[in-house]
Amino acid sequence: MSESVIQVDNLSLTFQTNDGPVHALSEIDLDIQQGDFVSLIGPSGCGKTTLLRVIADLEKATGGSILVNGVSPAAARLARGYGYVFQAAGLYPWRTIAKNVSLPLEIMGLDRTTRKERVARNLALVNLEGFEKKYPWQLSGGMQQRASIARALAVEPDLLLMDEPFGALDEIVRDHLNEQLLALWGKTNKTVVFVTHSIPEAVYLSTHIVVMSPRPGRIQDIVVSNLPRERTLDIRETPEFLTIANRVREGLRAGHSYDDVES
Amino acid sequence: MLESSVAPKALERTLYIGAACLGVLGLGSLLLQFFGASLLISTSLLVVVAAVVGNKLASHNSAMAAVWLLATSSLAAAFLIIFLSNYDAETASVPYAFWFLVIASWALAWASVSRFTEINTLSRTVNGVLTVLIPLIFGVWLLLLWEFVTQGHDVPKVLLPAPSDIGDRLVNSVPTLWADFKQTFIKSVLTGYIMGCSAGFLVAILIDRSPFLKAGLLPVGNLVAALPIVGIAPIMVMWFGFDWQSKAAVVVVMTFFPMLVNTVAGLSAASKIQLDLMNTYAANYWQSLFKLRLPEALPFIFNALKINSTLALIGAIVAEFFGTPIVGMGFRISTEVGKMNVDMVWAEIAVAALAGSLFYGFIALLERVATFWHPSMRSTAR
Repeated sequence: MSESVIQVDNLSLTFQTNDGPVHALSEIDLDIQQGDFVSLIGPSGCGKTTLLRVIADLEKATGGSILVNGVSPAAARLARGYGYVFQAAGLYPWRTIAKNVSLPLEIMGLDRTTRKERVARNLALVNLEGFEKKYPWQLSGGMQQRASIARALAVEPDLLLMDEPFGALDEIVRDHLNEQLLALWGKTNKTVVFVTHSIPEAVYLSTHIVVMSPRPGRIQDIVVSNLPRERTLDIRETPEFLTIANRVREGLRAGHSYDDVES
Repeated sequence: MLESSVAPKALERTLYIGAACLGVLGLGSLLLQFFGASLLISTSLLVVVAAVVGNKLASHNSAMAAVWLLATSSLAAAFLIIFLSNYDAETASVPYAFWFLVIASWALAWASVSRFTEINTLSRTVNGVLTVLIPLIFGVWLLLLWEFVTQGHDVPKVLLPAPSDIGDRLVNSVPTLWADFKQTFIKSVLTGYIMGCSAGFLVAILIDRSPFLKAGLLPVGNLVAALPIVGIAPIMVMWFGFDWQSKAAVVVVMTFFPMLVNTVAGLSAASKIQLDLMNTYAANYWQSLFKLRLPEALPFIFNALKINSTLALIGAIVAEFFGTPIVGMGFRISTEVGKMNVDMVWAEIAVAALAGSLFYGFIALLERVATFWHPSMRSTAR
C-alpha cells in the first residue's frame, strides 16, 4: 500500500582515526515508509546523527547498502530529494529571512515568481509572516529555527531529515514547535526522520521510534507507536503514551547506554 | 535632553585647582617683572575666572561647564598666540608667566574634554557632534602646544618648524603639492593598490581551487612578503623605469601578500553547518563560493584592504627615494630635506597623512556598508 522511502540493509560505517578504527554504525537494518515519522533516539555517541548524515549523503557508508527514494543517497542529494534541518539554524546573517528561505531555490535555479511564492507559503507554514525583511540576528532562537525549517520545506521535498532541531531551545518553545511540526506533518503527509535524545519528544512525535545504542552504533529496538496520528500535548499524560515511553526507556537501558557514557 | 552631571572626579578637581594656581602664579610673576605685558595679565585673570566658574558649573551641568571651559581655554590660547606674534623670542626669552598660562589654558581645555565625555544623551546629533568635537579639541591643542613651544623657545626651523610655518608653506605651494600628490597617490598608489589587491584575491581563489597550488604558491607568497622594500625598489626602477610604473610595481609587491593570506583565511571561515547546508542543496563550487564563502570572507578581505591602504602609501613614497622624475611626494621629501627646507617636508607629510587617513576612512566606510551583518558592525546597523 505505501512505498519505501528509505531502505537500509546491513549498513556499517567505520571511521579510521589515529587511535584505530571507530565503529560508528554496525549492522543497521531499517525500512522507512512514505508518511512515517521516525525518531532516532539514543545516548550521545550511538551514531544517530551519523545515520542521518549517511541518509543525506553527508557521510559515506563503508558497508551494506542504502537506498533513498529508490536511488543512492548521492543521487537523492543531487536530485534535491530531501530537506535537512541542522541542530543550529545556520541562517546567513547577510540575508534577510525571506532571502534565507529563498537561498536553496536560487541554487536550484527557480525563477523569481516561483521563489517568491514558495518563500511566502513556507514562511506562513511556520507562522513567520511579517518577518520577511528582518535579519536572522534580529530574531529569537526559536524563530530562527522555524525559519530554517521553512528553508528546508521550501525545497518541497517529500522527505525531511531533522537533526535535533529543537535541542538548543528551552522547553516551552520546544513544546510549541513540536506541536507545530506535528500539525505540519499531518497536513502534508511528508516522511520525517527526526534525531533526538528526549524520550517524551520522540514518543510524542513519532509513528516509529528507533532506539539505538553505542559502541558500535546499532539498533537496539524499533518501537511502533499505536497513538493516533492527530495528537495534542495532553496525550503525554495518557497510559498508552507512558507504556511506549517505558518501552523506549527499557530499550535504552538494555543497550547499557547509561553505564559507559560520560555525558 | 542633557542630563545633569556627575560630580567631577578627583583628577578633574586637580585640573581646576591647578589651572587656578598657575593663573595666580602667572599674575604674581608678572607683578615682579613689570613687563609691558598687559595681554598676559588679562590672560591670567581670564584663566583664574574660568577655572573658578568652571569648577562651580561642573557640579551642576556638564554641558554648560564644558562649553564654558572650551570657550575660555580657546580665548586664553588666542591671547597667548597674539602675545607670541608681537614678541621677539630671538632677543629675549619669553617670561615664565607665559609658560604658566600655556599650561593653565591647556588644563582648562583638558577639563572641558573631560566634561564633554560626561555628557549623557540619546540625541544622535549631539552624539555625532561630540564624536567629532572631542578628538578635534585634542588635535588642536596638540598643534597649539607645538606652536607655543617652537615659537616661545625659538626652536630652529631645521629641527622643528612651527605648525604656522608649515601651514604657510602648505598654502603657498599648493600647485607643487598637488602635482606631487597626483604623481605619487593617484598614479602610483591607486594603480598599484588596485592591481596588488586584485592579484592577491585572484591567486587566493586559485589556491582555494587547487591543493597543489596551496602547497606551492603560499610559501612563495611568504617569500615575497619577506622581501625588504629598500631592496626591491631599485630593482623595480631598473625594470619599469623612473616614472610611476616602477612605484606602482613596488606597491603591487607590498599589497599582494596581505590580501592573499587574508582571503585564504577568510575562505575557510564558513562554518561546517553552513558548508553541509550547501552540500544538501547540491550547490556547485561557484554557487557555494559566491553565496556563502565570499560573503563570509568579506571581513577578512576588508581587513587586508585596510592594512594595504597604509602600506601602499609608504611603499610608493619610499620607492621614490630610488630614482624618479622631478615630481612626487617621496622625491620632494628627499630633495627638500637636502636643501634644509624642513617646512616643505612637513607639508608633504601633512598631505600624506591626510590622504592616507581619508583613503583608510573610505575603505572603513565601505566595510561598514558591506559587512553590516557582522557582529562587530551590528550596533550601527539597526
